[in-house]
Amino acid sequence: MMRIQARTQPSQLMTLVSPLLAIALTLIFGCILFSALDKNPIEALHVLLIAPLSDGYNVGEMLVKMCPLLLCAVGLSLCYRANMWNIGAEGQLLAGALGGSAVALAFGDSTSALALPLTLLAGVASGIAWSAVPTYLKLRFNSNLILTTIMFNYIAFYLLVWAVNGPLRDPDGYGFPESAMFSDQTMLPILVAGTRIHLGILLSLLSAVVAWFILSKTHLGFQVRVFGSDEPAATYAGFSSKKLSWFVMLLAGALAGLAGVCEVTGPIGQLVPNVSPGYGYSAIIVAYLGRLHPLGAIIAAIFLAVLYMGGDLAQIQMNIPTAVVGMFQGVLLFFLLACDFFIRNRLVFTHQATA
Amino acid sequence: MNNTKTAQHISPRLELINISKQYPGCLANDNISLSLMPGEIHALLGENGAGKSTLVKTIYGVVAPDTGQLIWDGKEIEIKSPSTARELGIGMVFQHFSLFETLTVSQNIELCLSKPQLASIGNLAEKIRQLSQEYGLNIDPHRYVHSLSIGERQRVEIMRCLVQSVKLLILDEPTSVLTPQEVSGLFSVLRTLAAEGCSILFISHKLHEVTEICEKATILRGGKVINTCSPAEETSHSIAKMMVGDLAEQEAGYSKKEGTEVRFQIHDLSLSTQHPFGTSLKHINLELKAGEILGIAGVAGNGQDELMAIISGEDSRPVNAHLTMKSQPIGNLKTAIRRQLGMAYVPEERLGRGAVPDMSLTENTLLTHSQGFIKYGLVQWKQLKDYAKQLISDYSVKCHGEFSEAKSLSGGNLQKFIMGREIGQRPDVLICAHPTWGVDVGAALAIHQALLELRDQGAAILLISEDIDELFLLADRMAAVCDGYLSPIVRTQNTNIDQIGQWMAGTFINNQQHDADMLQETTA
Amino acid sequence: MDADFIAQILFSAIKTGTPLLFIALGEVICEKSGVLNLGQEGMMLMGAVVGFLAAYSTGNMAFGVLAAMAMGCVMSLIFGVLVLHLGANQVATGLALTIFGTGLSAFVGSDFVGKTIQGFNPIPIPYLSSIPYLGKILFEHDLLVYLSFIMTVLIMYVANKTRLGLTLKAVGENPNAANAIGIKVLRVRYLAIMFGGAMTGIAGAYMSLVYTPMWAENMTAGRGWIALALVVFASWRVGRIMLGAYLFGLASIMHLVLQGFGWTISTNLLAMLPYVATVFVMVIISADKFKEKLLAPRSLGKPFDPRHMA
Repeated sequence: MMRIQARTQPSQLMTLVSPLLAIALTLIFGCILFSALDKNPIEALHVLLIAPLSDGYNVGEMLVKMCPLLLCAVGLSLCYRANMWNIGAEGQLLAGALGGSAVALAFGDSTSALALPLTLLAGVASGIAWSAVPTYLKLRFNSNLILTTIMFNYIAFYLLVWAVNGPLRDPDGYGFPESAMFSDQTMLPILVAGTRIHLGILLSLLSAVVAWFILSKTHLGFQVRVFGSDEPAATYAGFSSKKLSWFVMLLAGALAGLAGVCEVTGPIGQLVPNVSPGYGYSAIIVAYLGRLHPLGAIIAAIFLAVLYMGGDLAQIQMNIPTAVVGMFQGVLLFFLLACDFFIRNRLVFTHQATA
Repeated sequence: MNNTKTAQHISPRLELINISKQYPGCLANDNISLSLMPGEIHALLGENGAGKSTLVKTIYGVVAPDTGQLIWDGKEIEIKSPSTARELGIGMVFQHFSLFETLTVSQNIELCLSKPQLASIGNLAEKIRQLSQEYGLNIDPHRYVHSLSIGERQRVEIMRCLVQSVKLLILDEPTSVLTPQEVSGLFSVLRTLAAEGCSILFISHKLHEVTEICEKATILRGGKVINTCSPAEETSHSIAKMMVGDLAEQEAGYSKKEGTEVRFQIHDLSLSTQHPFGTSLKHINLELKAGEILGIAGVAGNGQDELMAIISGEDSRPVNAHLTMKSQPIGNLKTAIRRQLGMAYVPEERLGRGAVPDMSLTENTLLTHSQGFIKYGLVQWKQLKDYAKQLISDYSVKCHGEFSEAKSLSGGNLQKFIMGREIGQRPDVLICAHPTWGVDVGAALAIHQALLELRDQGAAILLISEDIDELFLLADRMAAVCDGYLSPIVRTQNTNIDQIGQWMAGTFINNQQHDADMLQETTA
Repeated sequence: MDADFIAQILFSAIKTGTPLLFIALGEVICEKSGVLNLGQEGMMLMGAVVGFLAAYSTGNMAFGVLAAMAMGCVMSLIFGVLVLHLGANQVATGLALTIFGTGLSAFVGSDFVGKTIQGFNPIPIPYLSSIPYLGKILFEHDLLVYLSFIMTVLIMYVANKTRLGLTLKAVGENPNAANAIGIKVLRVRYLAIMFGGAMTGIAGAYMSLVYTPMWAENMTAGRGWIALALVVFASWRVGRIMLGAYLFGLASIMHLVLQGFGWTISTNLLAMLPYVATVFVMVIISADKFKEKLLAPRSLGKPFDPRHMA
């Protein structure tokens, strides 16, 4: 007979095993699904997970997708650690892309050395602005952060659509809703010739390391952790909830804004309506899968980037809709939440017939 | 008081035979047997953690026992849920009330009744009024529970049992939330009920109450029955010894001190509550002197939480000169600054406020004690760890080590740790709420010693507690709060339990002043 | 701008507000029991796609609605098991439900994008629909809108006048106390969650069977989220939910109103309006912390585990 028993201490081991278990279960779910669709499950999983890492070019493309996921997820990890339910990475990313593009386009063909730094700065500033408003509304008016950040995602999207149809539309673009291509001066430098591996990828890895350092080594990071884990204790200790909320929210906004501007000045090279295939939402899963640990987010971001790549390949090679990626992400998060149950509980086997 | 001698031939109302219940890491009930006659008032005595609550929850069907039998009116039964218990005629008044504040009295009672019961009663509100008169409970069925005082809420709980014609009434620490005067009112209700043949199981750890009302007592310790006795034939001392083992030598009383200069002052502080069910503070004045312990008595929910919050700065509304420390206004300063000026604070909630449950003791040390452990914004974890180790050994905190999570400690050990952490900052003013609530006798003794030692070193200590006995033991001067008002402050030697009890019930409040305040509050 | 035009606008506001009304009615029951389900957007999309598929393949509209309800129930059941039995965080699980539903609906519906069906026809109610103006606004709708009227009244009655409503309120305020007096807390919460799922399923079906009527990826465009805001806006009161739903409906069709005034503004900017309005409302309504504490179900979002009641 099996019985569930609460653990006296949460299991450290299970905290790390749980994401792996969740991934394994998601893959099993995938096999069943593909079989049901008359696709060879082994082949499908190969295309989804192995093919994206099969050669140097593909790895480069995978890293390109990892960059925005990681930047957003690092910020979200900090927010969630502080119990700030910021769901607005998507909007902050779009705002960053929009703000950065406006500056990049204003530079036109100028060869100024300031073009790229100012473009990036504009992206970061826009991301910050986009997270600052919901944060202010929460702290000043007590409005629900989850809902306001989500509303700001939609607002950012329509603003961006409006911009590419209006002020930022390429005058020579035959009316397509796209901006002109950016000049080379405003594009991120490529780090490995022959790939699209750009500077932003390095910045994203750096941001994860810095965030880890802040959380584990500084008094500020300690305060963030206390605030998220036990708000009454933080108030009792005299930590300023306002200061900490601003800190994590603005940092998350800055990183998401950076992600956005890196997309338009990196792999895309212009402003288009579909800058992001939902990176800001997927970053929520990355943050969770990485256990809200900035370094864990690196591994999780790579996994999700592989999945994104695989989704594209699966559509081309096996005619499987790319939407399968979104579904897998949701299933993964479900399994993760379910597996986390065993951090706090365990199965015990008993031989007693009755209790 | 033994006016209802139970005849020999009557069989017990309830018999428990060898009840055991194991929780992860603790054997809460270990082969407990007990029997209760109709009309008997039976005390269940024991320290916190002795297994009293688990046992009564077993009887009420909230907890399922691992082994053992329950015999009700001569028949073996299994009580699967509280509704089964209620159908049998078992009623329970919980320590932390199980009332719903956003519902009315009559709605609260309705929820406990089955459809047939409800149908047989007919007009519930009328029935409540009638019973209310019969037993002198004084309850209005249409009032919302959140507008009731603690004492009134307890009477609603009792009413909830009466409506179902109860045969066994269980009360879990019913007097801990009442003023002494309310306690005697409760006792007269209980005596009436017992005279009608209702059995009463009365949980307490206050000996004088048990000797006053109970005919029999069962004493638990560590989950086992230690003895069953007639309180009338025992002395308080002998019962205490049974409850705690060998440690009951503490009642000697401590020396009282007179404070020196004024360290901390509250001047005419009035503050409306920020919580819908909270209490507003009204015209609070107090002076706290160096080298004294000032005790504040009061029933929970009379403004203690609000007072603590504004003193510590957790309630961040600026009150400027209404608060002064060492003659300096501190009412506009943030909590952290107040700490730097020499204030330390031991909150009522240990786990979840005084300490972060999921963090290690090292990290919990840093929670309030950061001075000297931060360099350039970086935490000096190594030094901090050594200091945490030191605290653990100085205050004999039982735990695996400085890496243990706060939630893995027992209440008493965590309290010793928090006390040590706050005292370790050498505070000039220590604010301390309910320091020994739910703590075993050994730890309570250690905490008392630590407080007295700090006082003798010249610190000013404000002690807020619901335990009058503890206040008389420790405090040099005393006052009481009621409905957000603070009573006059008197020297402990010059007062007695009766006077403080009356103050807890609000007799000191000037009626005209009260009306004026009410008017102000409603127009604000 | 004449009275006919206003009647037309109000008629459209009701039509547009109806899916919000369905979701918010379901969610308010769920929240009253103390559970916050943020998965509305995902459940709604699943309801929309499954409802469309069922109706498209059988040609039976009612069957489509029932299938969408069933889908909503199944989705909410996944949520229920995770938060009630496995103790998962309600916010995270709700988000997972939305991400899952968004992905799965796009996946399931990928072959049906662009196909159309003959949706529900309006059924004018005899006599009532001939009341001047009012008849046009209220009584020339389709069956689902009438169903939403009925559900509003029914839920108002159950929540405020019955023992069931009392039980729901008790569980939402203090699950431990409810458990202590013998109410089956988890059972009440499961039922509330599933009721919420079924209502959201209907809302989804309304989108794909009545409002458009067709299936498109992400066609709900944040309505699930707006409905969540609506519940807060209405302070958990059923009557105000109905009013709020129609106000939001009005905000969504503002471009029609402005055209009536002869103004032209970029449709992309106007598309922001419901979201901006939501933010605005969240600010106004939540500014009074005191009031929100008083009105919100007290155990909202907090887990309850009967095994931990030592």
